[in-house]
Amino acid sequence: MLPALALASFGCVVLLLEFLLGKARAAAARQWILGLSLTGLAVTAWTLWAQQQALDGRRLTAFSGAISVDGFALFFNWIFLVASLVTILISYRYLEIEGEEHAEYYGLILLAQCGMYFLATGTDLVTIFVGLELMALSFYILVGFLRGERRSNEAALKYFLLGVFSSALMAYGFSLLFGVAGSTRLKDIGTAIQAGDLHDPILLMGLAVTTVALLFKISAVPFHMWAPDAYEGAPTPVTAFLSVGSKAASFALLLRFFLEPLGALRDAWQPLLVAVAVLSMTAGNLAAITQTNLKRLIAYSSISHAGYMLLGLVAGNETGLQGIAVYVLVYTFTNLGALLVVAALRSKGAGRGTEEDLNDISGLAQRNPAYAALMVVFLLSLAGLPPTAGFIGKYYIFLSLIQTGHTVLAVIATLYVAVAIFYYFRIVKRMYMGEAAERASLISSSLGVRVALGITTAATIVIGLYPEPFLRFAEISLLR
Amino acid sequence: MNGHLLSILLFLPLAGLIPLLLIPSDQKRSLKLCANAVMLAGFLLSLLLVFQFDAAAAGYQFTENAPWIPSIGASYNVGIDGISLLLVMLTTLIGFLATMSSWSAVEDRLKEYYALFLILQTGMLGVFISLDLFLFYVFWEVVLIPMYFIIGIWGGPRRLYAAIKFFVYTLAGSVLMLLGILTLYFQHAQEYNVYTFDLARLLNTHMAMGAEQFVFWTLFLGFAIKVPMFPFHTWLPDAHVEAPTAGSVVLAGVMLKMGAYGFVRFSLPLAPHAASEPWVVNTIATLSIVAILYGALVCLMQKDWKRLVAYSSVSHMGFVTLGIFALNYNGIAGGMLQQINHGISTGMLFLIVGVVYERRHSREISAYGGLAHVMPNLAVVFAIAMWSSAALPLLNGFIGEFTILAGAFAANKLWAVLASLGVILAAAYLLWLYQRTMLGEVTHEINRKLRDLSLREWAIFLPLIAWAVWIGVYPKPHFDVLDKPVRAIVERVTGGAR
Repeated sequence: MLPALALASFGCVVLLLEFLLGKARAAAARQWILGLSLTGLAVTAWTLWAQQQALDGRRLTAFSGAISVDGFALFFNWIFLVASLVTILISYRYLEIEGEEHAEYYGLILLAQCGMYFLATGTDLVTIFVGLELMALSFYILVGFLRGERRSNEAALKYFLLGVFSSALMAYGFSLLFGVAGSTRLKDIGTAIQAGDLHDPILLMGLAVTTVALLFKISAVPFHMWAPDAYEGAPTPVTAFLSVGSKAASFALLLRFFLEPLGALRDAWQPLLVAVAVLSMTAGNLAAITQTNLKRLIAYSSISHAGYMLLGLVAGNETGLQGIAVYVLVYTFTNLGALLVVAALRSKGAGRGTEEDLNDISGLAQRNPAYAALMVVFLLSLAGLPPTAGFIGKYYIFLSLIQTGHTVLAVIATLYVAVAIFYYFRIVKRMYMGEAAERASLISSSLGVRVALGITTAATIVIGLYPEPFLRFAEISLLR
Repeated sequence: MNGHLLSILLFLPLAGLIPLLLIPSDQKRSLKLCANAVMLAGFLLSLLLVFQFDAAAAGYQFTENAPWIPSIGASYNVGIDGISLLLVMLTTLIGFLATMSSWSAVEDRLKEYYALFLILQTGMLGVFISLDLFLFYVFWEVVLIPMYFIIGIWGGPRRLYAAIKFFVYTLAGSVLMLLGILTLYFQHAQEYNVYTFDLARLLNTHMAMGAEQFVFWTLFLGFAIKVPMFPFHTWLPDAHVEAPTAGSVVLAGVMLKMGAYGFVRFSLPLAPHAASEPWVVNTIATLSIVAILYGALVCLMQKDWKRLVAYSSVSHMGFVTLGIFALNYNGIAGGMLQQINHGISTGMLFLIVGVVYERRHSREISAYGGLAHVMPNLAVVFAIAMWSSAALPLLNGFIGEFTILAGAFAANKLWAVLASLGVILAAAYLLWLYQRTMLGEVTHEINRKLRDLSLREWAIFLPLIAWAVWIGVYPKPHFDVLDKPVRAIVERVTGGAR
């Protein structure tokens, strides 16, 4: 519970800071606000570490079973922490360029992370719903944070409308599950389902509606329509946070749901997930081919990544689950890294008004060889080629499919790697073989950006070359 | 140091990246010197392997084994036998010569250029020495990335198309290969309850026929695209033609061999039953013969010098796969030797195109004619390369193709007859090419001013010529090192079939 308390209290203080200090003084204290947010993360990290030590492989439940702190929850919480850390590090410079330096921004990031905490630890429908809404509400505001920009506003509105719709569905699904089980505890729901009739129409309805809402949150096809718009319009650091943090949190929830209370209904949801996974990989990969906006391209590719992760759940064995954990971990660093490079493209003056499309990155290898080379590493990792981290994630997913006899799915999934390399390398092609555009944006590098790049690159390469400790970490996390 | 000779050889090019990256980009001469020195050091170091290699010993030599990712059973496990020894030597030599041939051909973005070649070199060596399938797969994929950039940045006019086609095409094959590897890995774990990628242990796996066929065909796709075998060859003409000279030399000289090597090292021993089924053998032999004849016929039609050499690779690699799937001693030994021969002769042919292109900037055959008057030295070298490629006795190609045909004859007489048509066609298109470009009167005045070979260029050709003559006159040492491993493979395949 301590990490959530730390996040919530630091989040609220930072949120109110501008109000307490007054606008003028808050502007002067920008660096202090950044420092305070980072301190919040440091305290969270410390509490997480303390919990990890205290846990020692056991599972702690609190508030009469409303939350449960286990290896699984902590694993995801470390991922959330990395996501917000990197986001905050790159935001400072970005907001300065955009002229939107407000303390609320950092506060909302911390509060969103607090929501994620409950998504990963919550074992009660009400707790989960509150956590989900805390995260989603923060994101609605963050996506539309560039008030002066039409794209950002449009993205926020679309994301808000569809997001609220899915939340409503989730609430409806929860109410049906509650109706079946007579309890909001996941454990009781699981027991009730096992004891009762597996073909109960109300139960299946609850399953279906909840699943739809969950699929919306992880932006799987056919509930993915919000993702490209939201990703494109949001400030790039928020895109990074959204694509990684929100997706990881939703996956944590999805896994807990499908494995614990809904595990008995496997026969009902497995074919559904097969279809969704294949559709996600297909639509995501094929739509990404024609994109010219970098953030939209990454959005479509992230839809296909959701498909890959779902395949791990389809396989459903230990390898598959460990695969999802590894995949989420790897995807976190890699996608953050790629979006970080995109964020760094935006700079004052020349870069103002860039649309972050392929033209902006054209000829980057000549102007900023280091950034271009790092982008290649991230893209290779996103595609899943060795020796980068992405390969290790895909490796587990493929292996789990082979182990459970889903050969056809495995063939489809592997062939989409070749498709993915085609569109990821459209970016590489522009960077290395394209002419520098006239309004070529310059990389604006700051200490924060460099530190964040260091973290993401190191992780992407180290996990690729020596994954052993990370695999152990992901293994422990799913032991219950 | 000797205990780690292979590792040193493997990582030397990567280590060479460090000084290369530290040299400022505008010091072109230092960059070139640095890259050449690293490659030369690699070649000299690999000579130590030759002197210390014991052809009489069975199994792998210079082995090193260290745990890498214990939780999935992958290890850093390297070693060489006679087959890999020849290929390692080919790699270090061709890699060095390709780098040297770029001295005056490439002046643009030198640092990236040489850095990519160094990465490529480590990747290729890794493929040939890995005895762990996970490690092998990593190196196999690593090779693709630098080659994509080499074609895409320094290539010809259609380089962007050729580069991505090469990448996507070969990647599609290799990800399927990964599925085959994972299936094998899982099957082994089911039998022995141990998850490992160690080749030696995976060889003990007994699979049901269905699983073995799946493993065989997925591996087959990966390797066949790389070789490339007949219906999968369409990436090759584009990639070879558009790549810069050094890129084509490495592609044809070394990278195509990764496919044939894969068949012999992995496909045959790991899936001996599936590989020796008559319909499988017949299908693959038919595809090989189609490749031999089709490649040769297409060569006769080419107006582009480099494209002709590229298609001749399809034809010659058809011999290699035919030899391998004859599944007898002569066929496999000949195939393994022939791929070295192909590396030497096609490497030379691409280098010759490069020499001419550098001076004249045209690859049209009709742009030349009578070059022997202007460039007598080149004409001599070209003649040797041509004869070597057309399998003239006393040169390397003859030994290789003759042994393959002997193997093919033992397996099926019709194959040998059809394949020998390929030898005749090869002589036809090569001699005709020679006639059109080198003999007769000088057809274009502009060609009169072309410089003959420089000392550096002679230095590039001489080692290749020497090796070609050595194999042609006295092939015994080569067959000696191939003897043990080839025998083991034949025994495994034919013994396994019964």
